Parts: sequence; structure tokens; C-alpha cells
Amino acid sequence: MLKGKVHKYGADVNTDVIIPARYLNIYDPVELAKHCMEDIDEDFLKRVEPGDIVVATTNFGCGSSREHAPMALKAVGISCVIARSFARIFFRNAINIGLPLLESDEAVDNTEAGDIVEVDLSKGEIKNVTRNLTFTASPYPDFMAEIISSGGLIEYTKKRLTSGRV
Amino acid sequence: MNLAEKILAAHTGRKRVSAGEFVNAKVDIVLGNDITAPIAIKEFQKIGVSRVFDPRKIVMVLDHFMPTRDIASAEIGKMMREFCREQDSVFFEIGKAGIEHVLLPEQGIVLPGQVVIGGDSHTCTYGAVGAFGTGVGSTDMAAAMATGDLWMKVPPTVKFVYHGNLGRWVSGKDLILHTIGDIGVDGALYSAMEFTGEAIDALPMDGRFTMANMAIEAGGKAGLFRVDNRTQLYIKSKAKGPYNVYEPDPDAEYARVIEYDVTGLEPQVAFPHSPANVRPVSQAGGVEINQTIIGSCTNGRHDDLRIAAQILKGKKVHPNVRCIIIPGSQQVYADALKEGFIEIFIEAGAAVSTPTCGPCFGGHTGVLASGERCISTTNRNFVGRMGHPKSEVYLANPAVAAASTVTGRITHPDEIVK
Repeated sequence: MLKGKVHKYGADVNTDVIIPARYLNIYDPVELAKHCMEDIDEDFLKRVEPGDIVVATTNFGCGSSREHAPMALKAVGISCVIARSFARIFFRNAINIGLPLLESDEAVDNTEAGDIVEVDLSKGEIKNVTRNLTFTASPYPDFMAEIISSGGLIEYTKKRLTSGRV
Repeated sequence: MNLAEKILAAHTGRKRVSAGEFVNAKVDIVLGNDITAPIAIKEFQKIGVSRVFDPRKIVMVLDHFMPTRDIASAEIGKMMREFCREQDSVFFEIGKAGIEHVLLPEQGIVLPGQVVIGGDSHTCTYGAVGAFGTGVGSTDMAAAMATGDLWMKVPPTVKFVYHGNLGRWVSGKDLILHTIGDIGVDGALYSAMEFTGEAIDALPMDGRFTMANMAIEAGGKAGLFRVDNRTQLYIKSKAKGPYNVYEPDPDAEYARVIEYDVTGLEPQVAFPHSPANVRPVSQAGGVEINQTIIGSCTNGRHDDLRIAAQILKGKKVHPNVRCIIIPGSQQVYADALKEGFIEIFIEAGAAVSTPTCGPCFGGHTGVLASGERCISTTNRNFVGRMGHPKSEVYLANPAVAAASTVTGRITHPDEIVK
């Protein structure tokens, strides 16, 4: 069960603002986390606590393919991202490194910054504790669920290689 | 099947695939740069295989923080160089290289009918030669380097039909900006874009690269063109091996078909801070600028520099502006030198740089200060993209960028060259 307070954003949050390119000669997640969201939300790093949840509207993570973006969010303690929709490369990257993403229009529309939200990933259930509302996220396709349950793409690939499924 | 389905079916050993299916597609090229490759190499090493699946299909290019900006980027260059040497994979060294998406087609590495994945969102550029190019992250790159394939969802395809003829100073950049302005930055989310119509038939290869390049700016997974005589002519002198040409079936299914009449279309400008915030140049309001960037994987090719030279010939860069021109590859640079473009740029008072992605992503060689404005032929104008979060980037074609360089404000090229 994931639980944390919500940081809410609008549409088209791009990977340049999640982690500005000037820091991309760093690939240590802990160092990247020190600059997460700094161009879009100056106080984010002061407010964020482990377990917190990012909620945004459409096309979250658009732009550059930098995996540094989900890495930085994960390293800063974000436990999952809930959005109406995600940009496709960000979506792949997050699934591949084990940052859970959930899609739910209702959850996004009925959640505000500072709300406390609980997420049960196994059921795809999103509970807004502050407002006592429960929502269900779109389920992952089986194929992707297998990557997630393997612990990410690297572990999944190891399994494929050892079982000769390549 | 449409073009995306045809190419993906051929890479999954199946007669037929359709939109929405998950497949493991064989990849022809896995590309990495100095931003994405370091993480990919680290992750590859965790998989537990000692060799990449095929060293000739792994290509690494130093282009973002290169030539090295600082010690950290130098360490990254060293790591990539050592990995490629150890794996015997393809590596492009400074001085023999350029911006990855200018370089790979020019070197005949990317060919029609291929599936190319790259740790760079602008890998969709290769759709210009009829290859299914798509951007991925570092972990995807790592897995594909080990296995030679990658999981993908077969995308739905949106077909774009451009009727009519392009006017003077109107290029591929304007078609794609106009399109993104119409459908929005997620207008083609998860989808392949297929570009067709008589304006596309007449569009030179460099303009097609520009359009395919910016498919990602509409959320697209790929931006595809059919292979025609222009493509064949371009490829013929470069291809080092055989390739396959796929055609969409006459009864191919498309999620949507969007048609434009582009006769009379003006050059377009995308205002801050979104590539979809597009206006015709006549409505740009003469915004004053501090800097011009002409170059990048979007507009750093021969035709782009030729048009800039045509406008800057005998003119001077406005005293309030610094103009930075960056040929996209060593080949583009050498050709520009032979044809006299570089001399024109220098006499106009522009700085000409060695090939690099530098300013486009705010890395180096043209980073903006607070409050500064840049007209740029690059692909993104997000907050902080080219430097300070309070700087601004206006996206345009090379003709508009060059004309604006002369006047110091966003300008229609007709004002400079009658």
C-alpha cells in the first residue's frame, strides 16, 4: 500500500522541467533528486516527503526521452504518479524502472494538492483519504503487468534470457 | 496494413499485426548518446550477458554535452568509448561525427524498412527514409542491446494529407509546426503519424527529416513517410547494404485522417512555452530577440544552411543579436564550407560552431540568461529548455530565424530578400 500527500500539476509536464537538461551529465539518482521539478515548482523539494504522490492531468512526462526524469522522481521519494494520460516514452521508462503510474480521470479531477491519497497497486485502487473517495485506475495489460511483477525490465529480461524466450 | 503495421509485422515474423497488439519487435539499430548511454551501459551490465546481441547494430554518438563541456561529460565520453571498444560496436568520435539524427541517415546506417530504437526522443526522425524509428529510455536500450528486440504496442496510425503547394520560405518545419498547432502536443499520443499528399511528394528530403523529427512534439511514436524516388535517390549513394521498402496497403486502416490545404500557408512560429503555441509569422508582432540558433537534429542539414546563407548573404547580424549557426554533421559542415555558406555566415557576424546539440537543450554553446529571447530552428521551447527558466525560445524555420537575425525582431523573410 502506498500512501502520501499529493503534489498536483496541470497538463503537459515535460521531462525538461522534471529534471532540467543542465544536470544530465549526472546519472546518480540521489544527485538528480536534488534538482527534481526545480524549474516548475521551486518549493517542491522543501515540501516533498517519502511516499508522496504526484497527480497531473494529461500528457505527463512529454518531451525528451531522459530516464533521469522518472529516476529523479523515484529518488526524491515519489511513490507513484497518477494522471489522466502519460507521454509514451515516460510511461515506458517509469514501468521499466519500477515507478508505478496510474491512469484515472476521476481520481485526477477529485484530488487537490495536499490531499492524502492511498494506492493499492494490486487492485488498482486509489483512495483519497482527505475526501473519502475511492477510484479505480485502468488496469495494466498482462504483458506490462509481467514486467512490473518481475521488478522492472532488467529483471524481466534476465528471466527471458535464462528461460530461452529470446 | 498501414506503414507502421507493415514494418512491425516484418520485424515480428508475422504475416499481420494490428494496432493495439503487444509484440516483441526485432531491432535493426540500437542508438545511444552521451545522455542516455551511460545509464544504458550500467543497466546492460546488470543483465548478466557479456556481449551485445550484434555489435554492428549498436551505435553510439557523442553529441549532447560534446565536445566535452566539463569533467563529468568527459568521464561519460570515456565510458562510452571504452564500452564500444570492448564490444566492438559502432562509435562516432568527435571530428568524424555530428548530431546523431543528422549523422545516421547521412552515413547510410539507417535505411528504409528498419526498426530503429534510440535513447533519444527524436529517433522518430528516421521515418523520413521510411524506417520505423522511435525514442526509448536507457533501460529499454539496455534490454535491446542484450536481446536484439524490444516490447512494443503496435500504434494506431493517424494519416496526414497535405494538399496544395508550398510557397516561398515555407518548409517542412512550417508543415509540422502548423500540424502540432492544430492537433496539440498530445494530438498524436501513442500513435504513428503517416505524412502524405502532393505537398509531401514535392518536399525535399531535408524537409521530410524536419517533419519526422518533430512527430514526438505531438506525442507521436513515429513519423513515417513512404519511400519514393526522392528517398531512393538519397539512399542509393549511401546504403551499405540491402534494405526493404514497405508500402501501406490501399485498404489500410487509420485511426484518423487529417487533411490540410497548405497553399498560402505562411512560415510558422511557435511561441513560448509549447511547440503547439503556433502563429503565422505575420502575427508574431515583431518580438525582439537576443539570440538566434540555426542548427539541431531538426534543422541542421544542408538545405537549412543554404536557406540561411541565401538570407544572410551581404547582410549583418543585428547589433542586439548574437547568431550561432551549427552544421549538423562534419559532412554538412564540409559541404557548407565548399559552397561558401560558412564565409557568408562569418562575414555577417555569426558564430559557427562544430556540430553539437549544445544550445537546443540548454547544455552549452548558446545558453540563455534570465529574460532573454531566442529564435531557434530547434524543436522544443519548454520552460528553461535553452537556459534560465525565465528565458524564452521561439521556434521557426531557418529562413525566419535568419531574417530575424538581421532585424533583431521576428521577421518575415520577404522583408529581407525581395
